[in-house]
Amino acid sequence: MKLKSLLLGLGLVAGISAAQAEDPFKVGFVYVGPVGDHGWSYEHNRGREELEKHFEGKVTTSYVENVAEGADAERVITQLAKSGNDLIFTTSFGYMNPTLKVAKRFPKTTFEHATGYKRSKNLGTYALRTYEGRYVSGIAAGMMTKTNKVGYIGSFPIPEVFRDINSAYMAAKTVNPNVEFKIVWVNSWYDPGKETDAANALMDQGVDVLLQHTDSPAPLIAAEKRGMRAVGQASDMSHFAPEAHIFSVRDDWAPYYIKTTEAVINGTYEPADFWGGFKDDMLSIASINENLPADVKAKIKVTYDDIRSGKISPFTGPITNNEGKVVVEAGHTLTDTELAQVNWYVEGITDAIPH
Amino acid sequence: MIRVQARIEQSTLMKIASPLLAIFLTLIFGSVLFSAIGKDPLQAMQVLLIAPLSDMYNIGEMFVKMGPLLLCAVGLSLCYRANLWNIGAEGQLLMGALGGSTAALAFIDSSSVLALPITLICGVVSGMLWAAIPTYLKLKFNSNLILTTIMFNYIALYLLLWAVHGPLRDPEGYGFPESALFSDITTLPILFDEGRIHLGVIFAIFAAIGAWVLLNKSHIGFQIRVFGEDEPAARYAGFNGKKISWIVMLFAGALAGLAGVAEVTGPIGQLIPSVSPGYGYSAIIVAYLGRLHPLGALLSATFMAVLYMGGDLAQIEIGVPTAVVGMFQGVLLFFLLACDFFIRYRVSFITNNNPIQE
Repeated sequence: MKLKSLLLGLGLVAGISAAQAEDPFKVGFVYVGPVGDHGWSYEHNRGREELEKHFEGKVTTSYVENVAEGADAERVITQLAKSGNDLIFTTSFGYMNPTLKVAKRFPKTTFEHATGYKRSKNLGTYALRTYEGRYVSGIAAGMMTKTNKVGYIGSFPIPEVFRDINSAYMAAKTVNPNVEFKIVWVNSWYDPGKETDAANALMDQGVDVLLQHTDSPAPLIAAEKRGMRAVGQASDMSHFAPEAHIFSVRDDWAPYYIKTTEAVINGTYEPADFWGGFKDDMLSIASINENLPADVKAKIKVTYDDIRSGKISPFTGPITNNEGKVVVEAGHTLTDTELAQVNWYVEGITDAIPH
Repeated sequence: MIRVQARIEQSTLMKIASPLLAIFLTLIFGSVLFSAIGKDPLQAMQVLLIAPLSDMYNIGEMFVKMGPLLLCAVGLSLCYRANLWNIGAEGQLLMGALGGSTAALAFIDSSSVLALPITLICGVVSGMLWAAIPTYLKLKFNSNLILTTIMFNYIALYLLLWAVHGPLRDPEGYGFPESALFSDITTLPILFDEGRIHLGVIFAIFAAIGAWVLLNKSHIGFQIRVFGEDEPAARYAGFNGKKISWIVMLFAGALAGLAGVAEVTGPIGQLIPSVSPGYGYSAIIVAYLGRLHPLGALLSATFMAVLYMGGDLAQIEIGVPTAVVGMFQGVLLFFLLACDFFIRYRVSFITNNNPIQE
């Protein structure tokens, strides 16, 4: 008897939420980290908030944070689809196959997966041209280093990270021919403890400028403590290291989230592979430190403008890898598909691709 | 004044009352917590504890989540009953996943009916081997089992990462650290048309029943229990301690290995760096919540699976942040384990104000 009334009650609750789903357009988000990581997930969540603000009540959103990239992801994505979300953004590479599976089962829902390469009728992909920001970081690092040693904290050895290391190195080389890169892998996107250890290990080896491909402000804080310099990643991290901070390369997902939501509402959505960078306002250079020399500040701004206008394109050949092989022919600029497969280091990086 | 006395015998009343008391205390705490962040406590608890069982899909997912927890917890329960402090279920699970994946990838173009059984056996044996090394070190050199099993968890994780970044990486996967998707021939069959309940869940339930039979109905089980409760007595009775250690540790390793291979050939379908969100560690809590009883583990694994799923649902349905969900779950587990104190101890309030004279 009790069970029956309980089930009835649950049925009612489910019925009510299904009825409500017909009014506002619902958008769901899945994050790999906590929204308080001040990096990757934090910026996706800011994009979500902007999206809600933009549509003034016509769009409601919900999110699930800290979702492991294993068997759980498929369940969480399914539950978002089941609870009536019309559009679902899954924001980490490891959600690719789970998103594809769920997209097949919910053909009326639109799915968008960040940083992946599998698409279907109702599944598109999107990514950032982080290498553009990394190019500006490389310019600043090359100019700011006194020891000619720049440290790079890598997350996982994947094409995105190799691409960005190359971009930063090639940029640094244009302003400082003696620059050297030291790379440490932490095998995590977000692990303040390991990131701090990596930062300190690099500084112990004479590195005085840190670049990071991880999401916590820990490396900046470590640099601040030892009077070194560092570039912030994903969000504006200036307040974590007022002295050390050079600038932050800030992600801004809001333009894409707004554009995509609009397209789905208007019925004009087509799944595609979208890469956003400086010119789409999805990447920006935030909080350039006042304490930088004037020429560095000026060079940062000029480089940003040149990439934005297309005058500089980091992956235009000829580019030779550090095994002496030409990987980009003269005059050719890597396409997005080719950019997604970079698994080499450019000539001059004295490190081997980890396998 | 409050006086705490050890009970001569465990209280039967409190064995039943302690979980109820824990749930009551959690409900009070939860009401305060959810009210404090401006959420309706009743709705929050409905979503956290009841919604995970509200429809067939969710119930299926509950079983999917329960499977690996149960397999690891059953093995650990037996270890702990025998006073073997095995913290290594996580590593054994990861090695099971790695060994199974290696086999599954070797069978990627095969159509043999033996492919799946061989894959599963590879997973089980890998888990057993990973449990065997610390067991050998303990029996031969008297090394500390807690430390070696923890360290082996890290070694297993890095072996798995190496494999998935190197030899087992999908050649067509754009360099991302994932293996190719396994072929259907090495994927565990799904039991119902809808959802993801797979054969591994059945293995887990049978493992719990099997372990219960072993522990309570067999001579080996009797020896395990005597060793755990009174080692000198067991030795006096002539029981072979080494043999018991080997049996229990290999059994636990086999189950954890099975959990790992069932994850990669079941709901995941490929080898990825994050096979387990810490099942091997959560299984320690599951084992204790189940009072180190294999059938108790069945209940507690179900309960933990519901808790995990409720946490995700609470974020989707009512926007409770994951940190608050984590607090609620942590407090619930704390109360459950803390209330067990009353099974062994009597607490009395002394009303007269006569302090004991020195």
